[in-house]
Amino acid sequence: MTGKPRINIPKSIKAGDIIEVRTLISHVMETGNRKDATGRVVPRQIIHTFAATFEGKDVFRAELNSGISANPFISFYLLVPGAGTLALSWTDDAGATVSEQVAISLS
Amino acid sequence: MLRDIGTVGQRIQAIGRRQFVVSASAAALFLPAMLRAGPALAQDAVPTAPPSAVPAPSPATPETFDELYARLTKGAKPTEGKLTFEIPEIAENGNTVPFAVTADSPMTAENYVRSIHLMSTANPQASVALFYFTPQSGKAVVASRMRLAKTQDIVALAEISNGEFWVARTKVTVTIGGCGG
Repeated sequence: MTGKPRINIPKSIKAGDIIEVRTLISHVMETGNRKDATGRVVPRQIIHTFAATFEGKDVFRAELNSGISANPFISFYLLVPGAGTLALSWTDDAGATVSEQVAISLS
Repeated sequence: MLRDIGTVGQRIQAIGRRQFVVSASAAALFLPAMLRAGPALAQDAVPTAPPSAVPAPSPATPETFDELYARLTKGAKPTEGKLTFEIPEIAENGNTVPFAVTADSPMTAENYVRSIHLMSTANPQASVALFYFTPQSGKAVVASRMRLAKTQDIVALAEISNGEFWVARTKVTVTIGGCGG
């Protein structure tokens, strides 16, 4: 996995708001169904798990299969009880994990 | 949720079996050498190689949509109308079809959507993605982009905390197929 994921949250957040969290990460999401020029199957290499926690509590999780497009975009919602840290992670078939933390402050 | 943990377990088991087949055949190759090396080594090798107990892995026959749907719903008839798709009716590029699925749920600790399983009826693999929610999600809404090999119905199945299932089904016409067919 290369590159830093893009994470988008609203600019102004109040306690009790339900906010949309939009994420985008660069990844080939190789399906495992494709053959290369020599006729050999290109092995599957996808992000299979995306997870989001807020202050250590599970918020949202996605188990992805090869039917999700390359450079996966995932949008979900979060009920913000107060200021805290949103932790996001993406894990692929090669065992690579990208983790990001987003500080959510109230305004 | 337990069921899905089971699925991952099965997948890990399947991988284990495949590696086991490899190691078993490697053991068979080296067995004569080990026999020559000494009886103690040969005895160590024996328990790791019961080839008759190893079923052939069958990656060529993934679960079909009907099989997957029956396994998830366990024969229950899901409720229609509580789950909605937002997806183009005509997708010009099957490699990236944006979608959103919304479940009409209060998302309280007593009543929330546990998961939404997105499925395709004509892709090489029926299961596209499985999304898990918690009351802290606030809204049971997820959006992403999917691959569609050809024109087909796509199906979303939500499991509610009270054990109910909700379903939504919609047809998407695909002009150029995805999945690198």
